[in-house]
Amino acid sequence: MVAPFIQVQEIYKSYQRDSLEIPVLRNINLEIAEGEFIAFMGPSGSGKTTLLNLIAGIDKPTSGKILIAGTDVTELNESELAVWRSRNVGFIFQFYNLIPVLTALENVELPLILTPLSKKERRAHAEMALAVVGLAERMHHYPRQLSGGQEQRVAIARAIATDPAILVADEPTGDLDKASAEEVLELMDRLNRELNKTILMVTHDPRAAERARSTRNLDKGELNN
Amino acid sequence: MELVRLLFRNVLRHKLRGILTIVGVGVAVMAFALLQTVVSAWYAGVEASAANRLISRHAVSFVFPLPLAYRDRIAQIPGVNKVTFASWFSGVYIDKNQFFARLAVDSDTFFDVYSEFLVPPEQFEVFKRERNAAIIGSDIAQRYNLKLGDIMPIEGDVFPGQWEFVVRGIYEPRDQTTDPTTMMFHYKYLEERVRQEMPQRAGDIGWYIVRIDDPDNSAAISQEIDKLFANSRAETKTETERAFQQSFLSAASAVITAMNVMSFVIIGIILLVVGNTMIMSARERTHEFAVLKALGFTGGQLFFLIAGESILLSLFGSALGLGVTFPAVAGFETALPKGWFPVFYIKPETVAIGCAAGLLVGVLAAIIPLRRVLTTRIVEGLRHVG
Ligand SMILES: Nc1ncnc2c1ncn2[C@@H]1O[C@H](COP(=O)(O)OP(=O)(O)O)[C@@H](O)[C@H]1O
Ligand SMILES: [Mg+2]
Repeated sequence: MVAPFIQVQEIYKSYQRDSLEIPVLRNINLEIAEGEFIAFMGPSGSGKTTLLNLIAGIDKPTSGKILIAGTDVTELNESELAVWRSRNVGFIFQFYNLIPVLTALENVELPLILTPLSKKERRAHAEMALAVVGLAERMHHYPRQLSGGQEQRVAIARAIATDPAILVADEPTGDLDKASAEEVLELMDRLNRELNKTILMVTHDPRAAERARSTRNLDKGELNN
Repeated sequence: MELVRLLFRNVLRHKLRGILTIVGVGVAVMAFALLQTVVSAWYAGVEASAANRLISRHAVSFVFPLPLAYRDRIAQIPGVNKVTFASWFSGVYIDKNQFFARLAVDSDTFFDVYSEFLVPPEQFEVFKRERNAAIIGSDIAQRYNLKLGDIMPIEGDVFPGQWEFVVRGIYEPRDQTTDPTTMMFHYKYLEERVRQEMPQRAGDIGWYIVRIDDPDNSAAISQEIDKLFANSRAETKTETERAFQQSFLSAASAVITAMNVMSFVIIGIILLVVGNTMIMSARERTHEFAVLKALGFTGGQLFFLIAGESILLSLFGSALGLGVTFPAVAGFETALPKGWFPVFYIKPETVAIGCAAGLLVGVLAAIIPLRRVLTTRIVEGLRHVG
């Protein structure tokens, strides 16, 4: 039997505030198959973002292991993690986090700087990613010239430009109107089905969660169902 | 797209702030360069001094004369190569605001010892043959539009009376530090009239300039000269030309030191200006740097972005500042009384220090924001609002 793509084992995470230890995640065990589209739901402060950050390799657990395609990311040091993230994870944030002084195309090209691709190849990849999200015509627009939904689609293009296996999305529709949110979810659905991206999405919008193939609930740092 | 494009866009992300920072650095660098230029103008005499020249003057004060008779005795001291002398003539040319040195010199020897005054040989021949001939610096010729053969009427003060000199030579300064504004004429001509009009002052000269074979012997030879005239009517004080020039500065030295210190304080101020801008912009972009780190950008790449922005800001500023320094120095010179500083130019060192300071400030100003960006954990940076 093949090991699951993502294995979260016995994860504990707590923050130190003054002398107080604040537990955020307790005894998290989770397996996610390749090509899964999973939504994490739960009340604010339940630890959704923290769990997502741990899996995405931008935070470290207090204890426990996270195995992704056989690599224990909790064992990697800062620079190994940086390389690992650039190859394996695409980030989609609630507030898009595009760089305002770069055009849509330049924003999408940004993570490609970290790859060995040539200048021409980088540009071709970025144009393709923008075409996938349906914004080829807007590639020379700056973020401020785009709507929220378009900005988020550019952010998604940036996330898929390096062709990572995993996409992490923290409240990707949290800042969007219904129609734009619908477009973004539709796009994520397509990326999952057509490009076989493994998608981990944090949301507290039940309609968003419905688009995922499975849903897990977090409550006070513990995973239910 | 390369990272350097982001770097350049960042410099002018806040156009007004970027421009104000660049202008701020520019103004400060200009002030620095201007102060340094004034300081080095004060020191021009010291810098122009030759290591193999000693100045022998009256031990009590420079204003008292020495007997001409000392000349041959000094010349006999071993190690002395040549002796010449000069007298401070001063006088008023046109009006009292025209500053340049006017000296009666021993024309047979003076230009040998002061080889940095380049007089065309044919002009020098004519000069030697005419009793009231004068040689003037090229700057003086230009400033007063004087040509060979022109008359310079001067009203005497140290040596009262009406004097008239004919310009027979125009010298070019050999070095950039050479004073191009001196006027020199025959001591013999002065002496001729002094004998008739002020006989009690006959045979006086101002000071001796002693060229020696080996600069290493300057202390010993100076002592020997002074020993020769100890306990005489006019005791001498002999020192290197450099020390002599420096003694002129001693009165102003506190001001010069203050200006020098101030010019470097200004560099410190630039650091604060750029540092402040960099701290502000890095703080505003806390979120953005966290995103870059999440995408996999390394500390080295963030260093490139932040230090690069800081260095660009301060180098643009320095370039602007040094660019306006040249007209500023020219303007400053015209605002001064004519000839106040005989040698007034922007030294290459000043330009070099200005550029180096720009670079250094750029690097230093990046340190605090860089530390912040590198030590802020990604998740904290992403949570950061504002
Ligand atoms: N850097 C931190 N320092 C201290 N406490 C933190 C920090 N980050 C998150 N927390 C706390 O951890 C808990 C979970 O946060 P988070 O994972 O963001 O929850 P969610 O995304 O479900 O709203 C919250 O109580 C939050 O206050
Ligand atoms: Mg959250």
